[in-house]
Amino acid sequence: MRNSRTLRLIAGLMCAGTAVAACGTSSTSSSSGGGQAFTPPKLEALSQLGQPEGALNILAWPGYAENGSNDPKVDWVTPFEQATGCKVNVKTFGTSDEAVSLMKTGQYDVISASGDASLRLIAGGDVEPVNTGLVPNYADVYDFLKNKPWNSVNNVSYGVPHGWGANVLTYRTDKVSPAPTSWSVVFDANSPYRGKVIAYDSPIYIADAALYLMKTKPELGIKNPYALDDKQFQAAVDLLKQQRPLVSEYWSDYLKESQALKNGDAVVGTAWQVTVNLTQSEGAPLESTLPTEGATGWSDTWMVSAKSAHKTCAYKWLDHIISPAANAKVAEYFGEAPANPKACSLTADAKHCETYHAGDAAYAGQIWYWTTPIAQCVDGRTDVKCKDYGEWTRAWTEIKG
Amino acid sequence: MSIAASVSGFLYRKPRLRLGMLLSAPLLWLGLAYLGALAALFVTAFWHTDTFTGQVVTEWSLDNFTTLFTDGVYRTITLRTLGIAVAVTVVDAVIAFPMAFYMAKFASPRAQRVLVIAVMTPLWASYLVKAYSWRIMLSGNGLVGWLFGATPGYGLAATVITLSYLWLPYMILPIYAGLDRLPDSLVEASGDLGARSWRTFRSVVLPLTFPAIVAGSIFTFSLTLGDYITVKIVGGANQMLGNVVYDNIGAANNLPFAATVATVPVVIMLVYLAAVRRTGALDNL
Repeated sequence: MRNSRTLRLIAGLMCAGTAVAACGTSSTSSSSGGGQAFTPPKLEALSQLGQPEGALNILAWPGYAENGSNDPKVDWVTPFEQATGCKVNVKTFGTSDEAVSLMKTGQYDVISASGDASLRLIAGGDVEPVNTGLVPNYADVYDFLKNKPWNSVNNVSYGVPHGWGANVLTYRTDKVSPAPTSWSVVFDANSPYRGKVIAYDSPIYIADAALYLMKTKPELGIKNPYALDDKQFQAAVDLLKQQRPLVSEYWSDYLKESQALKNGDAVVGTAWQVTVNLTQSEGAPLESTLPTEGATGWSDTWMVSAKSAHKTCAYKWLDHIISPAANAKVAEYFGEAPANPKACSLTADAKHCETYHAGDAAYAGQIWYWTTPIAQCVDGRTDVKCKDYGEWTRAWTEIKG
Repeated sequence: MSIAASVSGFLYRKPRLRLGMLLSAPLLWLGLAYLGALAALFVTAFWHTDTFTGQVVTEWSLDNFTTLFTDGVYRTITLRTLGIAVAVTVVDAVIAFPMAFYMAKFASPRAQRVLVIAVMTPLWASYLVKAYSWRIMLSGNGLVGWLFGATPGYGLAATVITLSYLWLPYMILPIYAGLDRLPDSLVEASGDLGARSWRTFRSVVLPLTFPAIVAGSIFTFSLTLGDYITVKIVGGANQMLGNVVYDNIGAANNLPFAATVATVPVVIMLVYLAAVRRTGALDNL
């Protein structure tokens, strides 16, 4: 008798567990539309600052929130902690997809989101509008970075622009000659660097293939690598499947990539400037270039979590990270263009802003910033349906095989 | 009578209640945290996600399973994972058997203890340190290339090597235990009856220790089926079932499909366990 009662109890508990799981993940999807057409969940921006809460959990790309633990000379977190009393925890992520799922835990107060994550975070109700009036340094930021499709919805700002740059073509100068000027070295089936190519491990890398096709196969009519209809998408996927034998590794950890390039296990591929700088500093003969086809890139936004319990610290961080001094340090360490023009006079390399075309809106316009692909084509076409990010993700598993 | 004494007297008279109280904590753990989580996993496998917002939509459908069975790429990945698991198990069994045989039958009791400790030492080091060490050793200008003049490079071979290294202790210890229990008198009797050493090994030692080998294979097999870190570190551009699960959780944020894929190794293990149950291997665990 007791046995069967125990069994029933266990069964009951299991059902309860399942029900809790169901509650925890219940659907609140109000928006599966696209572009500016979707209505984000109604959230209010902070109206005024309070007392700093004493703690701040940061979710950042590697190199964006350095506290001196990687290199004692590289530290703009400690001064922030001293000035505000907000004790900082930093968690880094390797891909935007990882960032989006980490953000859903609600454990982080601020995030440095790229354009392929920001809209998903806004639509999912994970981040809230930002009252830019409470961020004094916001006034200095380049106007061409403000209220863009990836950091605002219906002209409501969801964060502060922080910096931008390109996913550059990187190569070993001793193993790759002549110096490449085109992405063909990583995509062409007859590339001499078969088995030595390193590629980014994220569905968004499909856009790199689409960008290459945009220039080499104009008959496909690709206008924007993030707006691909069936035929264009298939062409990009086929190109990546053809690239698969050339690839030695897909990287999402920039340190792993750095090591592969340093040891010569990979000699050419796509990388961030920060990886190039880091690997060069360890003595590897590495160079990077912006190929003739252009490149995909990022324009990053610091956003505030809707679930944050440390909002005052979060706003203090937003202001700190785009302050001239901090913005200059991040831009130089990471290898990108700063968002605040006043940072340009504070960089150690006086020509940094010139090298990275910081104030050059026309140049910035040539880089295809990561954007979440959605069913409504972001290039404005209304006669076709584009592939959404879910389909990009499935295709990515298929490409890797 | 004190309270403690009366409680103990009461419990003494009610043996079933005593047993119930003793087992309630482990049963709760097993039922709620362990099986409950597994049950939740299977339920999730029938839902799907809104691809844009990433929210889970709790509508029942078999779409995930349809994708899993009709999409060729998942079959390829399942077969690749199975192949790696079999290869790792075979490599480990071949390396572990002579090692365990020496430990159980030839080494002095003192040497036995030292060897058992030596076999377990790698378990004290972090998994990641060991995997990354192999990454460095197998790299283009690493130790392996320097010693042998060539390196397999990153790929399936590197994955099998690294996983075999990682799981070897889990194979050696059950075989050692099995051989230790094999009475020497049986080997001697076989010799007295005229069998040469190979014949003794084939007809006496191997059949009696086979369940122990199978017991070890359950560890190497199931651990390999679920692994995704090693293949990410040394596997080059390859992916295993674990990577698909990881990518769907960590990257695509598609928990339901990850749950669907995660049922594959569970099913494979259930089939494998059912098959080896008849060998008596489970008694050796």
